[in-house]
Amino acid sequence: MAEKERSRPPRKKKERIPRQPMPVRPPEERNQDFNEVALGFTEELALTEAKRCLQCPKHPCVDGCPVSVDITGFIHLVTEGDFIGAAQKIKETNLLPAVCGRVCPQEEQCEQVCVVGKIDEPVAIGRLERFVADYEREHGEAAIPEVAPKTGKRVAVVGSGPAGITVAYELLQAGHDVTIFEALHALGGVLVYGIPEFRLPKAIVKSEIDTLIKMGAEIKLNMLIGKTRTIDELMEEDGYDAVFIGTGAGTPMFLNLPGENLNGISSANEFLTRVNLMKAFREDYVTPIKVGKKVAVIGAGNVAMDAARSAKRVGGDDTDVFIIYRRARDQMPAREEEIHHAEEEGIIFNLLTNPVRFIGNENNYVKQVECIKMELGEPDDSGRRRPIPIEGSEHIVDVDTVIVALGTTPRKFIAETTPELETSKWGTFIVDEETGQTSKEGVFAGGDIVTGSATVIKAMGAGRVAAKAIDEYLSE
Amino acid sequence: MYKIVKKEVLAPNITRFSIEAPEVARSRKPGQFVVIRADETSERVPLTIVDSDPDQGTIDLIIQDAGFSTHCLSCYEEGEGFIDVLGPLGKPTHMENFGTVVCVGGGVGTAVLYPIAKGLKEAGNTVITINGARNKELLILEDELGEVSDELIITTDDGSYGIKGFGSTVLQDMLDEGRQIDFVVAIGPTLMMKAVAEVTRPYEIPTIASLNAIMIDGTGMCGGCRVTVGDEVKFACVDGPEFDAHLVDFEEQIAKHHYYDDEQACHMDKIVAEAEQEKS
Repeated sequence: MAEKERSRPPRKKKERIPRQPMPVRPPEERNQDFNEVALGFTEELALTEAKRCLQCPKHPCVDGCPVSVDITGFIHLVTEGDFIGAAQKIKETNLLPAVCGRVCPQEEQCEQVCVVGKIDEPVAIGRLERFVADYEREHGEAAIPEVAPKTGKRVAVVGSGPAGITVAYELLQAGHDVTIFEALHALGGVLVYGIPEFRLPKAIVKSEIDTLIKMGAEIKLNMLIGKTRTIDELMEEDGYDAVFIGTGAGTPMFLNLPGENLNGISSANEFLTRVNLMKAFREDYVTPIKVGKKVAVIGAGNVAMDAARSAKRVGGDDTDVFIIYRRARDQMPAREEEIHHAEEEGIIFNLLTNPVRFIGNENNYVKQVECIKMELGEPDDSGRRRPIPIEGSEHIVDVDTVIVALGTTPRKFIAETTPELETSKWGTFIVDEETGQTSKEGVFAGGDIVTGSATVIKAMGAGRVAAKAIDEYLSE
Repeated sequence: MYKIVKKEVLAPNITRFSIEAPEVARSRKPGQFVVIRADETSERVPLTIVDSDPDQGTIDLIIQDAGFSTHCLSCYEEGEGFIDVLGPLGKPTHMENFGTVVCVGGGVGTAVLYPIAKGLKEAGNTVITINGARNKELLILEDELGEVSDELIITTDDGSYGIKGFGSTVLQDMLDEGRQIDFVVAIGPTLMMKAVAEVTRPYEIPTIASLNAIMIDGTGMCGGCRVTVGDEVKFACVDGPEFDAHLVDFEEQIAKHHYYDDEQACHMDKIVAEAEQEKS
């Protein structure tokens, strides 16, 4: 082997390094527990992968990143073996590299525009990001970023999900006092209640967020703004000079079909919150979780995959979990990686199938779902071919648990108590895209509360935009 | 930590706590609730706020030991505290001068009823309260309700105190007598609220019930508290907890209450086993 490699000309050898695969646990082992599925690169894999980067001066990957991570810069440090330096390079613009390395859809962002990807598979930027962040955390204290001299200005950040975390991080660095208001009992938003442990360990989320506390952020948990305090009270009575609203899209959508309130039917939000935030999968935690032997998950986004894979783990080997989705495989909104992992773990896909109604037993427990087969017609507004029911194809599927994963919409607590804030018909806040400025002076917003449910990194990108605008607003 | 400044046992298995929660005490209105998590491994439990003292920064809660989590909460002592108290949640009760109002409370539901009766009295209504319990020992808030009611009627299922029978029957009798009633509030066991709704339905008297739904966050995120109201699905945590009792699907609510019975029982068995182990 060594002999063969030596015989190649060195330049050619560099071009031919294949994209290094992510080591993962075997499906039949990992679907028994909630430990992480992907194991992460070894030092050797990271060094090999990093060499694939061409260090192109135009670095389109950086423009492809919503928070403009210096990707070529950090990968160059990896090639030199300076893993901690690489992690710190990422943290210049992104507090959450261990999180983003795990959950960002790199294939639609940095890796999609990678120059290497034009002739070969793109550089595994996400895997490298995850590696250096994990390396830094596992090799002693992560460095605390420098904080500018105090400006004396106070900012309230409402919601501690990806958008709020990013705003807090940037504004703390700029020397402002930041208070984070969170309604739940833990920081992180969707990172702690939504994304499962086997994809994103909560200890890692906590470790990255703890940096904010070390930088001086004040944390107020159990504060539902719009109920406990209003935006006006924060600004007029509590003396905040600016407010950032990053409250996300929290309300689960349902199908509005007959029988949907039967026992055994829940939203993916409820199911995942029980598992993730309340740790219902652990014996020592009290919150109950119920998974039957025939579980239908309705929807085919990332959240549906998370719910299906979690249900399989809670239910055990004799639990059948199947996705019910009205379109075809190519139209599933979940990341390819998540679909692939779900398939490997034994999740069944009933595609081109749409539920029509739920049927209960005498005790009001769901026992069946009636479905109809679909076929694809002409493209609709989303550009995807419209699913059309096939007449006479109604059929009954036995189920005892149904998880509805159709997406989420914003909650209304703040809009209802802050009439000056303009909202769209979907309940999202209307903002200036360049700044995140809302219709109320000093109030900015970003993330899912503006866009409707999207991705972690898009919310972080919006947070960065708003943080810059808030800093400018406070300097006026 | 939200400190327990006062604990009082009102009746067997019914405990009243005053808890330091200044932010909640300041903004809370009658009809609203909090979600409590006792410690790290506990579940989140929704509980209606019975009363509050904004100056002292305290809220009062009444907890009936009726399952694993309420049992655990009831065991906390003065000076200890709960790690999380979130609120005030839900919509406040709509208060106006309806005229004559009948407030029907059953069991620990009386705890939820009290602040509403008080608010309705302050809004200028003539308040008739029917306070019911299984027996005399389990009757709570008799004095407090007496103070805010123009008329207080006590019922017990076994006749050990007051009128023997149910609140819904007393209400029916009042209507049969031809008394003018403009508004009815029913809070207690789901079957009792359903019975009251059936009594007032033929008379078309506006009637509200306060639902005690299963929920996790209490902020509209889980949808576990879904309730069918007429032809709409509502979330008890953000749209409620009070709804038009003539439109609520109570049977659906009763079924939902039993969904986690096995899991609760399993945890209870564990405590009993641990207690027995300690004894031996």
